[in-house]
Amino acid sequence: MSDALPVARGVAWRVLHMFFTSPAFLLPSLAFPLFFFTAFVGGLSRVSQIPGFDFPSGYTAFQFVFVLLQSAAFAGVFTGFGIARDFESGFMRRLMLAAPNRSGILLGYAVSALVRWLTVAAVVTVVALLARMEVGGSGVDLFGLYALALLLNLAGTLWATGVAMRLRTQQAAPVMQMPVFLLLFFAPVYVPLDLLQGWIHGVASVNPITALLEAGRGLISGRPELTFVAFAIGLGLITGFAVWALRGLRSAEASGS
Amino acid sequence: MTAALAQTATLGRRAVVRTARQPANVVFPLIFPMLLLAVNAGGLKAATRLPGFPTNSFLAFALAVPFVQGALLATINANVEFARDIQTGFLNRLALTPVRGIVLLVGQLGGLLAIAVVQAAFYLVVGLAFGVRLASGVGGAAMLLLLEIVIALAFAALGSWAALRTGSTEAVQGLFPVFFVFLFLSSMNMPRNLIEADWFRWVATLNPVSYLIEAVRSLVIEGWNWEALGLGFASAGVLSIVGFTLATHALWRRLERT
Repeated sequence: MSDALPVARGVAWRVLHMFFTSPAFLLPSLAFPLFFFTAFVGGLSRVSQIPGFDFPSGYTAFQFVFVLLQSAAFAGVFTGFGIARDFESGFMRRLMLAAPNRSGILLGYAVSALVRWLTVAAVVTVVALLARMEVGGSGVDLFGLYALALLLNLAGTLWATGVAMRLRTQQAAPVMQMPVFLLLFFAPVYVPLDLLQGWIHGVASVNPITALLEAGRGLISGRPELTFVAFAIGLGLITGFAVWALRGLRSAEASGS
Repeated sequence: MTAALAQTATLGRRAVVRTARQPANVVFPLIFPMLLLAVNAGGLKAATRLPGFPTNSFLAFALAVPFVQGALLATINANVEFARDIQTGFLNRLALTPVRGIVLLVGQLGGLLAIAVVQAAFYLVVGLAFGVRLASGVGGAAMLLLLEIVIALAFAALGSWAALRTGSTEAVQGLFPVFFVFLFLSSMNMPRNLIEADWFRWVATLNPVSYLIEAVRSLVIEGWNWEALGLGFASAGVLSIVGFTLATHALWRRLERT
């Protein structure tokens, strides 16, 4: 394990150096969550006047939780894009040859995804507070909200890493992105679960992201609900996708690429 | 004149065939707007209970969005290929043949419009299959396809300008988020008169994409609203003229360097 840490540090430093010094990587990561936040809060705030919409902290906080979780998951997916790019450029082949412990490669990418997301989350939070977001939860509640998003970030990274390690091409981007997009948007994004009707209510009810979203909204409003269920789901996703990512790494090793 | 038409048809056909041979470029612009439609129609159905909402079917209300979004996606894909032609030197080789410069541009745009019409027909069929009925009837469907051509031409001309100006596939792909900003900051999810935030309503009012969406939407949920149609055609027409002028200028500059 001790020989994995230097590898992880090297990989994380390289990814983060690229992220912070290249506007092509930094700007989309920052712009997309801000843009979703702006569009949803600005364009859809009237939705909070629908009869039965009873979220106490207002529509800005309601959408903030979604955007925070979405940014967490997509920071992981964007990291997967980078891994695919490293395969195509031949960098991964050299990295695998040089790394004494290849699990450190996964760890390094996961750490870099976490730092990327923390950067985005800080910016989104500041913007939300400037937009006069009402926060009803205590410090502990907010810590829980960010911890929940962190779990989703790690799960998203491990998912995308597993795909990138198996397919090893940037053309796999939709395979990484689309399931995450669907899981996120087939949850109660715009209105609470109770107000969804028809097939989307059925889908959202069994969608694991719904519990994370509802728990996050409960935490920010100071009325926690489903918190333990959400953390259990987050940890379950991480466990499952960790196996997926490690097997992907072994697949990449076996392929010799 | 006949030679120019034949050359245009050949280049247009090439643009269509090249797209058709890449399943990702065909399937993604068909499926992704439908998924977003499904998500929004399901998630925002409750919004139809707002006083003053123009219809009780959010699916019918939101059906306009895929038409604009599909035109955007088709434009990005086709112009990425156009930029690749520049990067690989294909355009330079063509410039050495008797093909006239303007034919290159018109052929490229023609191919893209053909793809956009096929997409629009697909969105329309899906909408009808899920119970949407056009308030403007069969004539409205024809008008909708005509409107889609003008909308696609507007985005395509601007995309071709970017491709010719930069000659870079990455730069054209970079337009994708820019176009999407315009889409999301429009009246795509809420009628402008029901948008609560003043600043957002202003942005949506200044955003030409709002008028494109509202023109398509009027055919679906209102019938023949000539004001909405006029504003939609005018917005698309102005964008087309601006885009085509810029693209033609960029083409001349690029051919001068060849």
